[in-house]
Amino acid sequence: MEQITQVSYALDTFYFLMSGALVMWMAAGFTMLEAGLVRSKNTTEILAKNVGLFAIASIMYMLVGYNVMYGEGISSYIPGISFLIGGDNDVATVLASGGDVYYSSMSDFFFQVVFVATAMSIVSGAVAERMKLISFFVFAIILTGFIYPVQGFWTWGGGFLSELGFSDFAGSGIVHMTGAAAALAGVIVLGARKGKYGANGEVRAITGANMPLAALGTFILWLGWFGFNGGSQLQLSTIENANAVAMIFVNTNMAAAGGVIGAMVISKVLFGKIDLTMILNGALAGLVAITADPLSPAPLSATLIGLVGGMIVVFAILFMDNKMKIDDPVGAISVHGIVGIWGLIAVTFNNGDATITAQLIGIAAIFSWVFISSLIVWSIIKAVMGVRVTEEEEYEGLDQSECGMEAYPEFTNK
Amino acid sequence: MKLIVAIIKPFKLDDVREALHDVDVHGMTVTESKGFGRQKGHTEIYRGAEYAIEFLPKIRLEIAVSDDKVETVVEAIGSAARTGKIGDGKIFVMPVEEAIRIRTEETGDIAL
Repeated sequence: MEQITQVSYALDTFYFLMSGALVMWMAAGFTMLEAGLVRSKNTTEILAKNVGLFAIASIMYMLVGYNVMYGEGISSYIPGISFLIGGDNDVATVLASGGDVYYSSMSDFFFQVVFVATAMSIVSGAVAERMKLISFFVFAIILTGFIYPVQGFWTWGGGFLSELGFSDFAGSGIVHMTGAAAALAGVIVLGARKGKYGANGEVRAITGANMPLAALGTFILWLGWFGFNGGSQLQLSTIENANAVAMIFVNTNMAAAGGVIGAMVISKVLFGKIDLTMILNGALAGLVAITADPLSPAPLSATLIGLVGGMIVVFAILFMDNKMKIDDPVGAISVHGIVGIWGLIAVTFNNGDATITAQLIGIAAIFSWVFISSLIVWSIIKAVMGVRVTEEEEYEGLDQSECGMEAYPEFTNK
Repeated sequence: MKLIVAIIKPFKLDDVREALHDVDVHGMTVTESKGFGRQKGHTEIYRGAEYAIEFLPKIRLEIAVSDDKVETVVEAIGSAARTGKIGDGKIFVMPVEEAIRIRTEETGDIAL
């Protein structure tokens, strides 16, 4: 029995760590997707931004974020605060727990830290091509250290949303909508890219520089999502859990496939052409939609949830662009925010434990907290140090003004 | 001597080069260029927003030839570059006052 406990503990910890490593790789996915969808003059900057934000998220979550999210709360609304992560389970405790302690607590930290980095990556695409790099990093410190962990505490940390029965398996709301709400606040404070909207409000296309990178980034995210959703089962080492993990992998893949088809159909009907960037957003929309519950639906059901997500995302992007004049170069707010909300509502279709009331309260609570606190933080940053590069720097490209180096220097220098 | 300037569709460059080779033209200058004529541009669509491509990519050929070869060369370019569809391009013929081969300082037809 003791040996079985040892092996299953090792297996579950290993599974957790490998899932976390897959999610870590999603940082590469976001980086490539964003590098593909911005203009070449802003490539180096978006790469620096993604690498930098991952480092900031890792450090802030270790310093304070993880403890805020999973530490002892002051009440079910207000998390407590403490600093630095502690030691791991000792052997005697694990053996005596009778299977209740089944993975290393360091592996738990590792799995959680890559999620906060994912949320922050979502922000970076939406504010691309015009934000000061340093201002973005300051915001990253606040979001990853405080804003994200506070709402994470409400559900995953055992706070009031979890008591209410709000159901968000791997984080359609807690991770994805959070990133989108912070991004929306950022874009409102920041404004649109110069030239995006004409004098009469007409929308101008600003085409991305590199479609192969955008497609590669999407596939990397698709791969990483198996860790994101699969790992969120938290355990592998029983038949029941192994089956659950397999189901989650299948559903995650089906939803992405559905999302592609949904976006493809809508794009063909609306534009007469199959817009690659829309079907890439469609794949991600399918993945975001299924993240709130990748376990309960049957595979066909998961496909349909993804399909609807892919359809919604095209309309959402057009709505944001044409009606709201929210300039989001990569569609992050639509993919992660609007479709995140769809995913949270869709939980109630297949999961008998979820109620629409709890889901709506969860959506409202998380969105309000993240949006309002982000709006305040972005505004303070704007007042103190500014959030936007000058018009001339924007024209020349952020590669020059923020990094002093170009992504493809051989086009201009021999 | 005449300078023949031809604006052609990019995918026709190889055909034109071969046709010119067949009529004993052994030198030319090629530039990637952009422009529009009756073909005008076309519109593309990106994330639901249409945008115009007003200048289309073309190839600009420059060939200097002696007066007696002008007709053959123009004919060779024309037949090789022609698709019959709008946008095939144009050929201009203009007089050349002098030609000088830099290496040898030869001038006139012999320098071509």
